[in-house]
Amino acid sequence: MTKTNGGPATMAEKILSKHCGRPCYAGESVVCRVDAAMATDGSAPMAIDYFRAMGGEKLADPKALVFALDHYAPPDNPATVALQDRIRTFSAEQGNILYDIGAGIGHQLMIERGHVRPGDLVVGADSHAVAYGAANAFAVGVGSSDLAAVMLTGKLWFRVPESIRIELTGKLPASLDAKDIALEINRTLDPQDASYRVLEFTGEGAVLLTFEERMLLSNMSTDAGAKAGIFDADAVTTTYLKNQDGLRHAITADEGAVYAKHLSIDLNTLTPRLARPPVGGQAAEIVELGQDVDTPVDMVYLGTCTGGRQSDLESALRVLRAGGGKHPRVQLVVTPASDKVYAGLAADGMLEEFIKMGALMMTPGCGSCCGTCGAIPGDEKVVISAANRNFTGRMGNPKARVFLASPAACAAAAVTGKITDPRTIM
Amino acid sequence: MARTDENAGDAAGAFTGAARLVGDDVNTDYIISSRRKRVTIDADALREFLFEDYDKNLGASIQPGEILVAGRNFGCGSAMEVAVTVVRAAGVPCVLAKSFARAYYRNAINNGLMPVICDTSTIDEGDRLEITMLDDGLNVINLTKDSPVETASFSPIIMDILNAGGITSYLRTHGDFPEAI
Ligand code: SF4
Repeated sequence: MTKTNGGPATMAEKILSKHCGRPCYAGESVVCRVDAAMATDGSAPMAIDYFRAMGGEKLADPKALVFALDHYAPPDNPATVALQDRIRTFSAEQGNILYDIGAGIGHQLMIERGHVRPGDLVVGADSHAVAYGAANAFAVGVGSSDLAAVMLTGKLWFRVPESIRIELTGKLPASLDAKDIALEINRTLDPQDASYRVLEFTGEGAVLLTFEERMLLSNMSTDAGAKAGIFDADAVTTTYLKNQDGLRHAITADEGAVYAKHLSIDLNTLTPRLARPPVGGQAAEIVELGQDVDTPVDMVYLGTCTGGRQSDLESALRVLRAGGGKHPRVQLVVTPASDKVYAGLAADGMLEEFIKMGALMMTPGCGSCCGTCGAIPGDEKVVISAANRNFTGRMGNPKARVFLASPAACAAAAVTGKITDPRTIM
Repeated sequence: MARTDENAGDAAGAFTGAARLVGDDVNTDYIISSRRKRVTIDADALREFLFEDYDKNLGASIQPGEILVAGRNFGCGSAMEVAVTVVRAAGVPCVLAKSFARAYYRNAINNGLMPVICDTSTIDEGDRLEITMLDDGLNVINLTKDSPVETASFSPIIMDILNAGGITSYLRTHGDFPEAI
């Protein structure tokens, strides 16, 4: 697709144009200045190696680089401790921002601690960096080598992507969750179609979403196969970010911008969704949750950068309360996304409720999500999780079967010990 | 580990290798389980776990010089770089796929593993492939089937990085990206 200079542009094209200093359009390759970068204890050690191998001595901008020790929080063996110590030493020397074990998941901290502003271009050495798109940023996941290039130069090359316009019509029913929307998008959108493209969310349904719901949709745009997922900025954005100045820098798509595809999702008629454990190396099949009700469940996981925020845990707790607590046979594991979320639970009395129900409370961070720390499910055990992905082996045991659903649906399974439509409990 | 110019030679000239097939949507956790990374990020040490949750025999039997041939969306999932460096450590010089997940594609280029987009449906396990580096991409011939495989070309910046042997030596040489690419 060739476009003329000065023609109408998508949000993605406009944010990249702003950062490469000239109007650019889908298909071009450009070098952009990057506003902020994030790496985790999973990606920072290699990024440091690449940075050194590139001849790096000083960071281009220490205040724009965030390291978060979240994937191994806390670590369970000396080798991981050594990797984390290398990160601490590097940060002490270079003066970049470091969030140590217990602060929470890097993606949550990037938003919560104000490292992302509307209109920004941000990269994270982790695929779910796309979550910052909720803040009207072009945010994209990169590998450690690209991150090292940003550490060294403050810049990175990009291929300007085409965009897919996702229109959310109607209003999400109160009993449903943004997770149901995300799973529905992932069910509908062919990853081949989404590949290299950006999702731009629009429509009355998008305007009505809370900021945390938008974060979930942006977060899971990578699981749909997309490069990024961007929302418009509005008062909801600036209030959540505590950035009153934000709207001045916000980017909107031009009238008449060209999209590779349009997709419309009617929120009024949406029903709870469920991603099944993948079989034989295939991608997970996403179905209506109703199809799998009564499947016995052994472990319920509430947490991750997708489902571990205050509103997620509140929604789960509402179901748990209504159902009279958790089923005795079910292991309920709760990992708040950050220390602030954890403190919020404590302040609201929710922490006590979870503990009294017999929940295992874990250190804020990635926890059990990728099987690196926290509770690991046993062979043939069935897990239902509020996370974003369920590749075989994802939670640390390739013989466990992991379903994905909304926090409310996870809580409903915790109540009954089997997959349950949360609407039957509320 | 960061691979530097010791691999630059791989990016030039012609070579042949046997095709080793994997399917669609092979994610990064299938290539190398993220749980392995907490002990080491050294690609040579991770090599023995290549494809362990996907197809253990395939992972164990891949020989240096062989060429991975995938379906669509190869390397989807996480952006973790070890999913590329471990393939490199197994001695695989390039991956042919109908399509790649974006982060995998970039990581591959940055580490001198050539990611080639082409229709892989005509290639069978064990086919001998001949690969020649051109100015704007690769020329692939299926010697077993005696037929050329049409491939997508690379943009100039990608060619520059591949020719340098990866992003490390590219930036060590140039110090920065050019303003216009
Ligand atoms: S919570 Fe899970 S998906 Fe999110 S960053 Fe951590 S490991 Fe990745």
